[in-house]
Amino acid sequence: MLKFVVRRLMMLVVTLFVASFAIYSAMYLAPGNPIAALLGGRTPTPEAIAVLEERYHLNDPFIVRYLRWVGGALHGDFGVSIQLRQEVSTLISQRIGTTVQLVLYASLIIIVVGVALGILGGLRKGLVDNVVIVATTFSAAVPSFVASIILLSVFAVNLGWFPALGTGDGFVDQVKHLTLPAVALAFSSIALVARITRSAVREELSREHVQTAVSRGIPYRTVVRRHVMRNAAIPITTVVGITVASLFAASAVVERAFSLNGIGAYLIQAALSKDIAVVQGISLVIVAIFVVVNAIVDFLYAVLDPRVSLGQAAA
Amino acid sequence: MSAIELDPGVVGPVPATRKWRGVPGLRGTGVAGHLSALVLAIAGFVAVFGNMLAPHDPDLTNLSYAFVGPQPGHPLGFDSQGRDLFSRILAGARSSLLGPTAVVVLAMLVGTFLAVATAWKGGRFDRWVSAGLDVLFAFPAIVLAIIVSVIVQPSLLSATIALSIAYTPYIARVLRSAALRERARDYIAALEVQGLRAWIICVRHLGRNLVPLIVAQGAVLFGYAMVDLAAISFLGLGVRPPQADWGVMVSTGQSGVLQGYPLESLSAGVCIIAVVIAVNILGERLTERANSVSR
Repeated sequence: MLKFVVRRLMMLVVTLFVASFAIYSAMYLAPGNPIAALLGGRTPTPEAIAVLEERYHLNDPFIVRYLRWVGGALHGDFGVSIQLRQEVSTLISQRIGTTVQLVLYASLIIIVVGVALGILGGLRKGLVDNVVIVATTFSAAVPSFVASIILLSVFAVNLGWFPALGTGDGFVDQVKHLTLPAVALAFSSIALVARITRSAVREELSREHVQTAVSRGIPYRTVVRRHVMRNAAIPITTVVGITVASLFAASAVVERAFSLNGIGAYLIQAALSKDIAVVQGISLVIVAIFVVVNAIVDFLYAVLDPRVSLGQAAA
Repeated sequence: MSAIELDPGVVGPVPATRKWRGVPGLRGTGVAGHLSALVLAIAGFVAVFGNMLAPHDPDLTNLSYAFVGPQPGHPLGFDSQGRDLFSRILAGARSSLLGPTAVVVLAMLVGTFLAVATAWKGGRFDRWVSAGLDVLFAFPAIVLAIIVSVIVQPSLLSATIALSIAYTPYIARVLRSAALRERARDYIAALEVQGLRAWIICVRHLGRNLVPLIVAQGAVLFGYAMVDLAAISFLGLGVRPPQADWGVMVSTGQSGVLQGYPLESLSAGVCIIAVVIAVNILGERLTERANSVSR
């Protein structure tokens, strides 16, 4: 087990380093002159250029600048947004709360609704199962931004049950503001989780030990709880984990549709206005969250299924 | 040649007896599979001929018709610029379907090549390529597209390339394990003993046996690519307005939604959903078929 954890952690660190290098060098290729951006149209004197180059370390070789950036990033310092002349870390920390709340809210919906639908479909063959299949086939195909527009149109504009845009103040108001975005973000992922849950439950139900338990007269509910759900938990945990990890990137679309002030919407705004330092910083944060959550899923997987840590088939 | 080369379909489990076995190529996908293929055929037809089918000029603006609802001759009404919505939906099919098609072709070509090559060579080559793909896994498709959009001018092409890169590791991973399974089979060993060159075995025999899985994966991938590409265009980092494109139309229609005229966003959204449902069903059925044949 310890060996598995150490190997996985090493993989995590290597992936993060290579990914950070890829992000930094890709942005290095981006066109545009930071000096011109800093001067904002004023005619530069050679002294002014020299001062700016000195302050922002523009003359250092690429590898030095990368190492300084990644070293800073380890301490939560992502450099300075040249356009706004503000610390990128400040810009991120002002906005990450909204994104985290949105993702947590959406995750909750995905887990509760997705797993419930999956269990329902898995245990009740026939009509209920068919309804689950049709519903998930539909919801899997609804992109988050289309869901956003439909929810906005129906529940915010026509029925007026929820506010259309913005984040809101105070807990109740925030929950109200985030409900439609969270549902939009969760909508297609619910289908994925429900499908995996359903087939996992089906597969466990048909196992010999479950059949044996049923034929020994153990109450059905106990069999489901003790034998079916416990084993089905492994694939369910995996798919939920991967889904939640991907929500941080996916929330960009929903944040933009609902004008929420999260890091995803800000990443897009920065990309459109070519604010390089912000794009680098937020990309690295999102990639890091994605990789770390995936690693946590792998650990959970090993806890739930001890065979994994013995080196058998982690894939 | 020999009995070893029997088509796996022949020795696989015989499907339940049905009188009408369906269109060749779609056999075993059921009614839903055939309906899905029909939806896709219509969408493909519109993508090719949409500009000619459009009853009005999709780019002709007339502000006095802004947000006018459905009229005779204008079944969906007009958008915020007074352009005919039905014509824009037809014209928008092309970029909305061309992008995902290109992503599927590119990711499939590179992914299949990497999968077969790593499964065949094994050893250090396999380890390095797999490690590289693992790093790519860390980049969600949208983030990759955003990064690419900063380096080059955002366009359908840049978004297509970004998504192809993002999806290649998924394809490579799925196909690699299938290729490894095939690699271990007797017929490959028999062909090697006969002295056939490796690339001929890979392309003509191993590759051909992967085709059902490649087709199935391609259909599933198409759905994801369509959603992600439309999302990227929605964000303004792919196809740019005023070009007619379903993703762009969902975005440009948003101002109308808030004013109570949701038809532009809704009609474009419904088109995306319909195509994605169709490819998802088809992909699922084809995957089931591919798995039942290869086991």
